[in-house]
Amino acid sequence: MADRILKSINTRGLKNAVRGSEYKKEALISYGILIGGYILLQLGAMTGLIGRNLQGQFVPICVYVSLAISLNLVVGISGELSLGHAGFMAVGAFTGAVVVRVLENGIGFAPLRLLIALLISAAMAALAGLIIGLPILGLRGDYLAIVTLAFGEIIKNFMNVIYFALDENGHLKFAFNHEIEGISNAGRVLTGPIGATGVTKIATFTYAAILTAFTLFVVLNIKNSKQGRAIMAIRDNRIAGESIGLNVKKYKLMAFVVSASLAGMAGCMFGQNFSTLAPAKFNFNTSVLILVFVVLGGIGNIWGGMIAAALLTILPEALRQFSDYRMLAYSIVLIGVMIATYNPTIKSRISAFWNKVNPFKNKDKDKGKKPKKTGKEAA
Amino acid sequence: MGTVLTVKNINVYYGAIHAIKGISFDVNRGEIVTLIGANGAGKSTTLHTVSGLLRSKTGDIEFLEESIAHTPAHKIVSKGISHVPEGRRIFQGMTVEENLQMGAFVTKQDRIEHNLEYVYEQFPRLKERTKQIAGTLSGGEQQMLAMGRALMSDPELLMLDEPSMGLAPILVDQIFEIIKNLNKAGTTILLVEQNAQMALSVADRAYVIETGKISLTGTGEELAKSDEVRKAYLGG
Repeated sequence: MADRILKSINTRGLKNAVRGSEYKKEALISYGILIGGYILLQLGAMTGLIGRNLQGQFVPICVYVSLAISLNLVVGISGELSLGHAGFMAVGAFTGAVVVRVLENGIGFAPLRLLIALLISAAMAALAGLIIGLPILGLRGDYLAIVTLAFGEIIKNFMNVIYFALDENGHLKFAFNHEIEGISNAGRVLTGPIGATGVTKIATFTYAAILTAFTLFVVLNIKNSKQGRAIMAIRDNRIAGESIGLNVKKYKLMAFVVSASLAGMAGCMFGQNFSTLAPAKFNFNTSVLILVFVVLGGIGNIWGGMIAAALLTILPEALRQFSDYRMLAYSIVLIGVMIATYNPTIKSRISAFWNKVNPFKNKDKDKGKKPKKTGKEAA
Repeated sequence: MGTVLTVKNINVYYGAIHAIKGISFDVNRGEIVTLIGANGAGKSTTLHTVSGLLRSKTGDIEFLEESIAHTPAHKIVSKGISHVPEGRRIFQGMTVEENLQMGAFVTKQDRIEHNLEYVYEQFPRLKERTKQIAGTLSGGEQQMLAMGRALMSDPELLMLDEPSMGLAPILVDQIFEIIKNLNKAGTTILLVEQNAQMALSVADRAYVIETGKISLTGTGEELAKSDEVRKAYLGG
């Protein structure tokens, strides 16, 4: 009995080591891509190989990579289709815009202002996630997708009728659905459909990259934790999850709220990169765009989503003259990937082709096969 | 001895459909009690109500002399009721051992090792396949895994929903042999079955459910001999 228990403990240790190495591998690849990409882009910008236009996309790239990582928490790990990620991004972006403007006179040190704005944005987006998540997480599949889509649109339209302004004394004034009178242009913070104006850009590539690293850290740690295992178990089989005593609603809500607050932070960073920021930016297309990153990178595959987000943000900028056809190109790529990954015929042809051209393939294996064949022929 | 579970006059509705019409029964410590009946009679609904996945509009459910009628499902497991749902609901993408570890989600840390050892003792087949992905197990092995996972939470009462469903006769025999062994080792069992013959052969007591009501009750032997049961479920 004793040695049996000992053996069992040993195999458990081994198994945990295997799991651990799997996690380490994923973390290593993800952080590697982030750091490698950061160094590469910085070098490109310093040597002048990357033009001004593309340099302007550095912060959005980091933001979209963060959004792809955080959406993966809901779509990949929790297994629910959410089409309202741009809504949480908008909550963060406009919260951030207001907070930064209010603090402008009080706190001179821009990074500190950005940090405070990021934290408040995260809290507001988490609150929005909680408010939307509580009533709807009993829904599944298509129904959840429809409600989250509607939520994203509601947020956008809500921002269209919000007016914030600073008067001469630096007090914040708020109005709903009409302009605030007696305010100079410079005092306007949020102006309905025009959005945030007069933002002093404080987001830099480095801050954005740090935010992406933070997002990655949070999501990878959740994925590897006891809670993450519970979230994935519920995704695999909800009834079995309930039958072993998992609080389904709690874990679903946890994934949803964390994802929302990370999206809020990304939105805040995004807003601080542009001098004007209109609510129309955070429409359904943006939500779909983020979902496309996740789907293209492989649902649940965190570093895959990162690469997809970076490439699809760079691509339209690099092919600027075709940017009118951007959404068309996205849909074609998406359909192409779907066909390539789900059609067994095409899949086997691709892998056969890859085996032919793969320079790293194991030559010893082929050698081992040949004598066997001749042996059969001889027989 | 003593009563483990008492169900008093429960009424359960699916929207407008009145699925359970005033069912009462009890389960004593150390017994195997079985609920038999045709499709749609309300057997699984009864189990779902006990484990908190569905709610009764009336009556009460007492577990170890404590009402659990309003306890949320995830807390009922830690009180000592483990439910093996119908149709081998395992976590397909996880390995056998990870499935079992998930079963110990509410279990105290120092009991997990002991329970894992106990499950492997009861199901040696699972021990041979600890690292295998659960979705690739055979039907019988998946059923064993679902039962093993339920045992990981140290249950006082194990509720099995159709453990023989879709299994070859030889595997059905094996599963029922295991049920008897678990019962001998001290677990009280509430068994829902369509395979009335098998269920009655292992049960201490049985209830026949017909369209949401209990129509007959007695010991397993009595019911197996009863004309009504023979006509309705055992083929003459």
